Amino acid sequence: MTSPTLSLRGITKSFPGVVANDRVDLDVHAGEVHAVVGENGAGKSTLVKILYGFYRADAGQVQLDGEPVAIHSPEDARGLGIGMVFQDLVQVPAFTVAENVALFLPFALGGAALAGRIVKTSQQYGLDLDPQAPVWRLSVGERQKLEIVKLLLARARILVFDEPTRSLAPHEVAALLDVLTRLKRDGYAVVLIAHKLAEVLAVADRVTVMRRGRVVASLPRAEASEATLVPLMFDESVREPAPHRPAAASRGVAAVELRGVGVRAEAHGCGLAGVDLVVEAGEVVGVAGVSGNGQRELGDVILGAVPCATGSKRLGGQDATRWPVARVRASGVAFVPDDALGLAAVESLTVLENAALGDPRRYARAGGLAMDWPAARDDQAQAFTRLGFPVPSLDARLGTLSGGNVQRAVLARELAHAPRLIVALNPTRGLDARSTAATRRALLDARDAGAAVLLISEDLDELLALADRLVVLFRGRIVGAGRPAELGVETIGHLMTGSVPADRG
Amino acid sequence: MAETPRAALLRAGGLLAVGLAAFALLLLAFGRNPLRAYVDILASTLGSAYGFSETLVKITPLLLTALAVAVPGRIWLINVGGEGQLFMGALGATWAALHLADWPRLPLLAVMALLGFAGGGAWAAIAGVLRARGWASETISTLLLNYVAILLVHYVVFGPWRDPEGLNYPQTAAFSDAALLPSLPGSRVHAGLLLGVLALAAFAFVVARTRWGLEMRAVGGNAEAARRLGLPITRYVIVLMIVGGGLAGLAGMAEVSAIQGRLRPSLSPGYGYTGFLVAWMAGGHPLGIVAAAFALAVITAGGDILQITQALPGSVANILMAVLLFVVLGRAGARA
Repeated sequence: MTSPTLSLRGITKSFPGVVANDRVDLDVHAGEVHAVVGENGAGKSTLVKILYGFYRADAGQVQLDGEPVAIHSPEDARGLGIGMVFQDLVQVPAFTVAENVALFLPFALGGAALAGRIVKTSQQYGLDLDPQAPVWRLSVGERQKLEIVKLLLARARILVFDEPTRSLAPHEVAALLDVLTRLKRDGYAVVLIAHKLAEVLAVADRVTVMRRGRVVASLPRAEASEATLVPLMFDESVREPAPHRPAAASRGVAAVELRGVGVRAEAHGCGLAGVDLVVEAGEVVGVAGVSGNGQRELGDVILGAVPCATGSKRLGGQDATRWPVARVRASGVAFVPDDALGLAAVESLTVLENAALGDPRRYARAGGLAMDWPAARDDQAQAFTRLGFPVPSLDARLGTLSGGNVQRAVLARELAHAPRLIVALNPTRGLDARSTAATRRALLDARDAGAAVLLISEDLDELLALADRLVVLFRGRIVGAGRPAELGVETIGHLMTGSVPADRG
Repeated sequence: MAETPRAALLRAGGLLAVGLAAFALLLLAFGRNPLRAYVDILASTLGSAYGFSETLVKITPLLLTALAVAVPGRIWLINVGGEGQLFMGALGATWAALHLADWPRLPLLAVMALLGFAGGGAWAAIAGVLRARGWASETISTLLLNYVAILLVHYVVFGPWRDPEGLNYPQTAAFSDAALLPSLPGSRVHAGLLLGVLALAAFAFVVARTRWGLEMRAVGGNAEAARRLGLPITRYVIVLMIVGGGLAGLAGMAEVSAIQGRLRPSLSPGYGYTGFLVAWMAGGHPLGIVAAAFALAVITAGGDILQITQALPGSVANILMAVLLFVVLGRAGARA
């Protein structure tokens, strides 16, 4: 083959206390998809951020067509033909597709000419976009297509995708993989950062495995398989099988019961309308849906952080429609969100202080003038032990912990006092395989101990592995319900994206 | 905000040094000797027992008005209304001093302190409620309420409470002896200093040790998480505004009771605003507040001396404080 389109040589980048990239080499040729896989914290994101000019490498070189180049900013990267499709898409919702493209292009182009180019390019790659559609009406999958069209019209030659399938429904994933194949055929160099090996193996021509900041292997497609990659990605071959245990028997007591619950939509949010939902003690009820269809609102309304605009809510048989959060929590409701540092914990406080915040009154002494830190310490250490987690330094500030350890700390706090209902919102998002398995096991153990678990997740595999019953949330409504096996992946995927009219309720 | 005491002191000291250096350039531009000016300031304040006692006199209101900013500041509230809250506290205390003039000393002083606290607290509560309901930013409302409070004091001293025997000066009659806070013999250092130190110690204790302190730090650190943990955020907004305003009100009570002995419109040379500067220099840290209050008290007390020794206008001290404020806010902005 000729010299690679993109070549990274000895890229090294340290942050205080951690080497995120350690002498990383990577070659990407035109007309191939090069996948980069690895655990959370393996250094994949850092690498692409260096490539795109967000970070500056401490050492190493980026070469394009064999020539060294300097990339100090995203503008530099774009000027050199490097395009990036982020996990969180950068678009103006109020603008049309065409306007968003025009904003991005480095040269002026508008009107019919632009619309024509958008239609032509999108048809060529099966992207299927209406230039006049306002972006806020597009689904996540369509917005991702818009992002790709933007890059293609801006004449990018190297396309970098950072976990592009994370919030897509199954049939959208298939469509994206098809797009990647077409891009490769037309001579683009594609870098695919990914978690899910099945997707990687479907399109990649070469797979590079990173672990702890280093490249541990780079295999041609022919040599790559799940069996070869998994041991390379993880220190030991610990890929634990997803713990699928059906509920012994639900006990017929409703831990939470929503009847016709509606929530007003906030800015950029999605409300809820007419939600009926019951979670009984001893079962896991999964809520499937594409991000932004009312998941966060569902968690918040049960917790009491947002009010029910309509309908009623009962917790453990009592009318709790108007309860404030403190009372809801005191009645035994635990909340485990994905974005722990955003929604559940305070990074400037220590692990111990965060633990005490789960129930400050429990540890208050002398009417609040003092705190019983030894008791809080004991409780939290026991909670860690019971969950089988290593006990971290309880005096470390939470912000200094890794994402997986933050999630463990929140889980330990929330599960410390035998909750009756656990509301988990994407509890394993962003966690590596080991932390994911630990979190899932903790939820199932709590269920087996008699807790009701409401698992709101965008990860369909997770729902299929854990949920005893499943409902599908679309645009704030429940559009389907049933046992996971009865529904089937295809049906769930279509319900999630609203492509099939609701036929069950 | 959670800094070690050492870091807090270093920070306050560093900011002060940058501000002093900038002011020195200004003096140089006017053909004055900055070194000489600083020596004059230090000599006039720390160089004699009298000068030192005057510095303590200035520290007293600054500790309280800095707390008026630092207490609500613990949860991202920005109280710019220390000056108005101080005036309202002075108003409340004066009411007691004039209407309960025949009471014995201890109960009278207690009621004056209570009404001083209540006056400042009620004033800040307006802004607190407006913020808690999401109707108005406390930064704007506290700032604007300053003018209302100052004009209210003007109204009473020009009108209903004017001393009939005061030769038409806009001021109330002198307080009875029982309404005067005790002072150290031979100086103007008064019991208000004790109030300030106690309030500061109580603040440090509450934040570090108590359940409410933990909850405040959580609300301050992450309001979204605090809401989902069931912490009563609106209650904290209102209560902390009241406590902050009340402490500024206590400063007003101490000034009328110990320094002025009556209510005058000129009761404060901007202690409320200087207190804001102190709190921001200190990053809200209690020890930093002591250090910054001390430094600014020296500047306030020593500023006058520059008029005499350097033939500079008396407002140069204000210029120096303005320079300091720019340095502090510039640094805060750079971190945000």
